[in-house]
Amino acid sequence: MSILINRNTRVICQGFTGRQGTFHSEQSLAYGTKLVGGVTPGRGGEVHLGQPVFDTVEAAVRATGATASMIYVPAAFAADAILEAADAGVELIVCITEGVPVNDMVRVKATLAQSTARLVGPNCPGVITPEECKLGIMPGFIHKKGAVGIVSRSGTLTYEAVFQTTNVGLGQSTCVGIGGDPVRGMGFVEVLELFERDPDTEGVILVGEIGGSDEEAAAAYIKKYVAKPVVAYIAGVTAPPGKRMGHAGAIVAGGKGTAAEKFAALAAAGARTVKSPADLGKTMREMLRPRRAPHARPAPRKAAAAKKKPRAVKKARAKAASRPARAARRHRKRP
Amino acid sequence: MNLHEYQAKDLFRQYGIPVPAGAVAASAQEAIAAAQTLGGPLWVVKAQVHAGGRGKSGGVKLVRNLAAVRSAAANMIGQRLVTAQTGAEGLPVERVYVELGSDFVREIYVSLTLNREQGRIAVIVSSAGGMDIEEVAAHTPEKIVTVNVHPAAGLQPYQCRKLAFALKLKGEAMKEFQSILMALYRLYTEKDASLLEINPLIVTRDGRLVALDAKINIDANAIFRQPGLAALRDPEQEDPIERRASVHELNYVSLDGDIACMVNGAGLAMATMDLIQLHGGHPANFLDVGGGATKERVAVAFELIFSNPKVRAVLINIFGGIVRCDIIAEGVVAAVKEVGVALPVVVRLEGTNAALAREILAKSGLAITAAADLTDAARKVIALAKRGGE
Repeated sequence: MSILINRNTRVICQGFTGRQGTFHSEQSLAYGTKLVGGVTPGRGGEVHLGQPVFDTVEAAVRATGATASMIYVPAAFAADAILEAADAGVELIVCITEGVPVNDMVRVKATLAQSTARLVGPNCPGVITPEECKLGIMPGFIHKKGAVGIVSRSGTLTYEAVFQTTNVGLGQSTCVGIGGDPVRGMGFVEVLELFERDPDTEGVILVGEIGGSDEEAAAAYIKKYVAKPVVAYIAGVTAPPGKRMGHAGAIVAGGKGTAAEKFAALAAAGARTVKSPADLGKTMREMLRPRRAPHARPAPRKAAAAKKKPRAVKKARAKAASRPARAARRHRKRP
Repeated sequence: MNLHEYQAKDLFRQYGIPVPAGAVAASAQEAIAAAQTLGGPLWVVKAQVHAGGRGKSGGVKLVRNLAAVRSAAANMIGQRLVTAQTGAEGLPVERVYVELGSDFVREIYVSLTLNREQGRIAVIVSSAGGMDIEEVAAHTPEKIVTVNVHPAAGLQPYQCRKLAFALKLKGEAMKEFQSILMALYRLYTEKDASLLEINPLIVTRDGRLVALDAKINIDANAIFRQPGLAALRDPEQEDPIERRASVHELNYVSLDGDIACMVNGAGLAMATMDLIQLHGGHPANFLDVGGGATKERVAVAFELIFSNPKVRAVLINIFGGIVRCDIIAEGVVAAVKEVGVALPVVVRLEGTNAALAREILAKSGLAITAAADLTDAARKVIALAKRGGE
């Protein structure tokens, strides 16, 4: 199992015949993804990379039964492409495009609230279920089927977490790059919810960064609902306030959205925070080792049932920890 | 992208938002001519820079005669203005804005910006106009009232009324306030703004509302469809290194340390800075070279890095995904040869063809130190920077 996508997911590509769309569709096909067609308005009826091209997403979905789409159209057309996919009934829309105007995303988000479609991105590396299905620009070969769910706001830091979990032998269930823009589709909370329910995901690595309050929302959710171990890292401790750090969403405004606040919130919620991005893999291995000990193997169901107890303990511990953390935040000096 | 106050007020006029009569001037003579045209007897001379906090730093002068207009303008134009928001070097003042002085009984704060949590545009007002809004938020948050706008419906009259009642505006002032908010919302969406701020919006003695200040930021991602606004860009107000970086589609932000970083991806670039600090070093910059770290881009990146005299060592941290590490290594070697790098360079390459890349670096004959992993890279570059500093 996995989340969002698997070997049976039928995928189309919007912006299929463009340079980016072509290159990454080739890579997805080579990875084994069931890419069943693509959309380029005005090129319907052609065959590209051995797959049919359609004029509209609606026609593509009707002909191929696709339930997922990856979008590589230029930023000016991204909002239109997302809305077209949602309107055609696509269940999972992954928008890779970088530089989408924020006001476009405000409209898209409000419109998608009325639909059942899930959006990942924009400005993200995409979603991959290792050795099954790849929707995005991530290098497939660093992934390995396994136990860790990864969710991240940054592309290359996702690869870092993937690489480390592969090297320590854990592998990944699914990796979701939610993107670096201030207004985006799925957030940490929605992805955590899926990982918590997924039987193949034993632990979650969460990679956040400065700006916004998605990490704080994730912390509140973890405290309440997540029993699986979570390892968290936040990039941007050294970022100066008021400066945009590459990603449109990575900015500390008015003293809000700092890495210190996010680390504190996640630690108080019971997540294991690491101060070095180099420690993601080995920390996850330490946390999963007891569960993965050979004697625990024969009865995985029971092990799952027994999870309730550590969760209660974890909750109590988190509660006790949150008090001094909150006090510390109150006394934090204003910059 | 930021606009100057005089540019923002031009846009306000186009949208029917009341502003005091005023004119921009690039010299003391022009300032006097502007003041004469405007009439008097009270003028405000305002330095045009992309930063707030001008009032407290001598960038706004209230004057009562033409000689004072001249001296205020002459003292500002050609100088650099340092405010709480500019950093120590300040920003160059190339123009002043001369406007008629206004008499007021009240100051209100109004802004429109993105509410990230809601994914909607928020209209924010406060009865504590003329003050730093961050201070108000920290000490008297009850004075701030916000409504969030559904993009399909747009800003609604009831939302404007709610804000007006919160500010205790009545009668004509309330109607005027509503029409100003509606105009601001239209301006925000039509011009792809990311921030509109009026601080203060004044209530005059005869009960009229006037925008004394105007701040507009435009979403850089939307400039492609705002050709009229693109022309208003003032590169002189931008950090010269950051400006050069943006021309080459590199993301660069200056910091205070001595270890320069060159990284692919914004998240990894931030993480690299953090890692340097975690191990006791001080990052000199944020630099994201993006996915395609070609020889040309690496060469430009080196130039940017070395324009900062504080730099003592360089850390290149690349996770090669789609882009192969051996290509990047060749780019680094070529760029180091071309630029003639004299400082120690530590390179950590991981991902596709990383082993081959390390071999290329080792065989290059250049003083490039290869690092085994992230932690090793941070330690090595810090040690080299320390040695270089002695």
